[in-house]
Amino acid sequence: MGATHNILLAGFGGQGVLFAGKVIATAGLIENRELSWLPSYGPEMRGGTANCSVVLSDEPIGSPLVTAPSELIVMNQPSFDKFCNAVVPGGVIVADATLVPNTAEIEGVKLCCIPATQMAEEAGLKGLANIICVGKLFAEVGFCDKETLFAAIDKCVPPRKAAMIEKNKQALEIGMNA
Amino acid sequence: MSEKVLMKGNEALAESAIRAGCRFFFGYPITPQTELAAYMSKRMPKEGGTYLQAESEIAAINMVYGASAAGARVMTSSSSPGISLKTEGISYMIGADLPGVIINVQRGGPGLGGIQPSQSDYWQATRALGHGDGQIIVLAPSTVQEMADLAYGAFDLADQYRTPVMILADGMLGQMMEPVVLPERRDSLPEKPWAVTGHKGQRPHNVVNSLYLTADELERLNIERFERYEVIKRDEQRAECVMTEDADIVLVAFGASSRIARSAVVHAREKGIKAGLIRPITLWPFPKDAIEATVGTAKAYLSVEMNMGQMVDDVRLVVNGRTPVEFYGRTGGVIPTPAEVLAKIEEMNAELSAKGGE
Repeated sequence: MGATHNILLAGFGGQGVLFAGKVIATAGLIENRELSWLPSYGPEMRGGTANCSVVLSDEPIGSPLVTAPSELIVMNQPSFDKFCNAVVPGGVIVADATLVPNTAEIEGVKLCCIPATQMAEEAGLKGLANIICVGKLFAEVGFCDKETLFAAIDKCVPPRKAAMIEKNKQALEIGMNA
Repeated sequence: MSEKVLMKGNEALAESAIRAGCRFFFGYPITPQTELAAYMSKRMPKEGGTYLQAESEIAAINMVYGASAAGARVMTSSSSPGISLKTEGISYMIGADLPGVIINVQRGGPGLGGIQPSQSDYWQATRALGHGDGQIIVLAPSTVQEMADLAYGAFDLADQYRTPVMILADGMLGQMMEPVVLPERRDSLPEKPWAVTGHKGQRPHNVVNSLYLTADELERLNIERFERYEVIKRDEQRAECVMTEDADIVLVAFGASSRIARSAVVHAREKGIKAGLIRPITLWPFPKDAIEATVGTAKAYLSVEMNMGQMVDDVRLVVNGRTPVEFYGRTGGVIPTPAEVLAKIEEMNAELSAKGGE
């Protein structure tokens, strides 16, 4: 049905990197693809950097740990510095420019810098920079159908936070148009 | 059939156990298995079951002994250092012929080690879960779906053979999410006429015990138990074989490392190297028959593990010197990449070609 996507999402704990990964994984679930979602769970989770690996494929997934991402979302400078050179040729990096001020072009890799945190705040969507980045990545590589991605939001936002569903969808739209 | 859901391996183990009729869970928190206990703490009360965070791993396993003796389906879970603490209680369960399910979401060792995924408790699980003559059934899932399926089946195996059963998982399988279809709920459970449930003057009282001070009596019980082990070895070996029929190089790998080995095998085939994979699903009983079936055709074996080389011993015991058996592994919590394993396959293939040309 589609290409294999080895997606790595990285940022500070609390930015919603794991949730953003879960939205992408859930899109894979809805489309009945093979998928895996693997979080970092080491001491770095306590206030440091958080990252998660998401693989979408039509073949059974071997290692769920993404070490050579085809797509990378980075939401802070240390994550960009750590992972930017791991991206495979032809890959895409989406960087939250508000928090990743220093980027460098990497040969063969498309770098998309959007000030996601600033855009979220301006739109009254504080805390949803993660979903704006997912929207941007979708616009770049289309890892699923558009409707699926919105449906994934419905599935991922817990019932007690139902009020956040529309805000998340708004954030997706902002990212898609960024 | 239930709907496909996205779940962490740790949560799938817990939900599946509940569906298998487990109504008692005793545990103590430890990374990377804590989500399992957390899930149980939320779900068990809603099922009318008991979730109890014990004061220690030792207390938890002895509570498992008690609930099992009273006929309940019961589970405990921990990670490597915590399992070491439980081994005394596991030996007592073996000695008292008590069923129960024990989950080990392995992390790197020895000692406190680390918290990243590992398979370095293979020897412990298959050789030394406590003192004395004894084994327990050890199951090795490799996907979140299999975490659910094997946890479910583990309770039946435990009751059928009156033995503890271990699920030997690891931090990667525990922490990752994959789609899973959960098993249907069990509505009836096997009778346990041996359980200590109160005889009400209607029958002789049952005794659950592992202390036998008469040597002849203890020997007789051990021999009986080992006769049961022979039945388990004959009937319960399980393995998945991938492209082994014509394979020159047969990889043997379980759990998390089998996923990586499988990718390496697929890449090797793309390069024209005849590689295959045997994935033990039961670690005890070790799937000797599946390996034996390839001994005539395989030119070399490669055991791929996340440790310094443990299961490779069992592969060598089966192959018994007839074919070379090599090992590749990473340890301490490092997950090998398919490329590393492929490089090892290519190196072995080059050696085989050189020999073939002599």
